Amino acid sequence: MKFFKSFKAGIDKISVENLKGKVDAIKETVPSKEKEEKAKDKDKKEEIPEGHIKCPSCENIIEKKALGHYKICPKCAKLFRMNAKERIRTVVDKDSFEEFDVNMESKNPLNFPDYSEKVKSLQEKTSLKDAVKTGKCTIGGRPCVIAVMDSGFMMGSLGSVVGEKITRAFEYATRNKMPIIVFTCSGGARMQEGIVSLMQMAKVSAACAKHSDAGLLYVTVLTDPTTGGVTASYAMLGDIILAEPKTLIGFAGRRVIEGTIKQKLPDEFQTAEFLLEHGFVDAIIERENLSYVLSDILKLHNVKKVGEN
Amino acid sequence: MPAYDKVKIARKVTRPTALDYINHIFEDFIELHGDRNFRDDAAIVGGIAMLEDTPVTVIGVQKGKTMEENIARNFGQPHPEGYRKALRLMKQAEKFGRPIINFINTSGAYCGVGAEERGQGEAIAKNLMEMANLKVPTISIVIGEGGSGGALALAVTDRVWMLENSVYAVLSPEGFASILWKDPKRAKEAADVMKITAEDLLELNIVEKVIKEADGGCQNDFGFTANLLRGKLINEINILKEKDLDTLLAERYERFRKFGEFTE
Ligand SMILES: [Zn+2]
Repeated sequence: MKFFKSFKAGIDKISVENLKGKVDAIKETVPSKEKEEKAKDKDKKEEIPEGHIKCPSCENIIEKKALGHYKICPKCAKLFRMNAKERIRTVVDKDSFEEFDVNMESKNPLNFPDYSEKVKSLQEKTSLKDAVKTGKCTIGGRPCVIAVMDSGFMMGSLGSVVGEKITRAFEYATRNKMPIIVFTCSGGARMQEGIVSLMQMAKVSAACAKHSDAGLLYVTVLTDPTTGGVTASYAMLGDIILAEPKTLIGFAGRRVIEGTIKQKLPDEFQTAEFLLEHGFVDAIIERENLSYVLSDILKLHNVKKVGEN
Repeated sequence: MPAYDKVKIARKVTRPTALDYINHIFEDFIELHGDRNFRDDAAIVGGIAMLEDTPVTVIGVQKGKTMEENIARNFGQPHPEGYRKALRLMKQAEKFGRPIINFINTSGAYCGVGAEERGQGEAIAKNLMEMANLKVPTISIVIGEGGSGGALALAVTDRVWMLENSVYAVLSPEGFASILWKDPKRAKEAADVMKITAEDLLELNIVEKVIKEADGGCQNDFGFTANLLRGKLINEINILKEKDLDTLLAERYERFRKFGEFTE
């Protein structure tokens, strides 16, 4: 009987959710007063002294240097986003990173207006060619292939270059019987590449399947934000899926869902902690411990240190 | 015809649905339900049937024709358990050596609280990875809307075909316009630049075949399109069945491996 009850509860929940989504609800999403005021504050130009940054979480003005290597707010422990270079520096053994496909650049498969110009200007601004760095390295002395996405380049969106570089990284790892670690962060598909962007999801996932069939280890580390097409492909395919605390992880955007159900979602929705609770993340790891934990995971999968028998 | 007019045809409530094709093209269809885990998602239908002399597994994203049916079928927007049902049936097909034929007609995977709680991203991702390796011939046909990851989750197949007035895109033109231009009203313009029509996608090698429809859309002569499709499916399944497994899988890998444009 008890089983029947809970089963029925599940169904009720679904149909209510559908109705909420589909029938025009009367309730509109009303922004809270507090939020409105915050938005007003934002409009006022705030003076932030040179070399300082405002923490988006506690809103204190903090000296950039005080964030340290790991880019953590000293007042509230908020994790600032890291670019690929910073991430690699804090995770892999010093001077061990050998980058693959350094010069790969996107073309414009749909001849989308202004796309090439946008890529070019971002390349100059970020000194990246696109939104991912791939290569091989050692972590705690143990060799592995690594891919690190960079949200500073078109929100880490998944276009031809990201798809190709990560696919090649998987293929390299498969050929050389190596584990692979992928740090994800992405706003989703690269809109300007349209359907070609969508196809990257299939391409990477197929390469991932081959690597898995060869009995090799794949670890994903989900970092803020991991959403859309990246969540719906390689981010969720790791043998082990780790995440940083409070990382935003989801398939659909929060605003899209709020628009569908005409309700505000709780703050913890789509956080790493939410995914852990629902069974989609293996463990949440503090940023300072990632390198150490990854090295241990490699060790537990019999990845030998260079020179070790 | 402007791309957005095709979007309108593809979305027509009168447009034939997956079950219409399944019932017309196959014999002895037996519908099989549920993902064996959470529930049966009515937005996805699937089962076993005969295609002429060959037992096959057929799966489709199912839209409704009335408001009532559409609410039951969630307007053809599957939840994770729908994709997991599809994967269960595809793995079953693999076990019994049956070819798989998928009919795609969805504006996208459902964006809701339950869908996120139950891992919409994980469900789609798992399908992409598993479908790349299915050891039987697979064909998918976009019969109406092919919306984003929610469509791709059934379309990592040896052949991908489209009906003449169907569309297949990374996002709806409305969503695309609001993301890139912050203005959903520019959907028509978005549809033009996005390359979402069957004709455009054939040119980009995203699909191998475009199936003709009657003027104004296949609802005007369903038998014509369905019979045409039936003939092509019989023919293609026979071709794919002849391939040895290594060739089949290598060609499927290469089919998706080639996508992307870059310089080095
Ligand atoms: Zn802070």
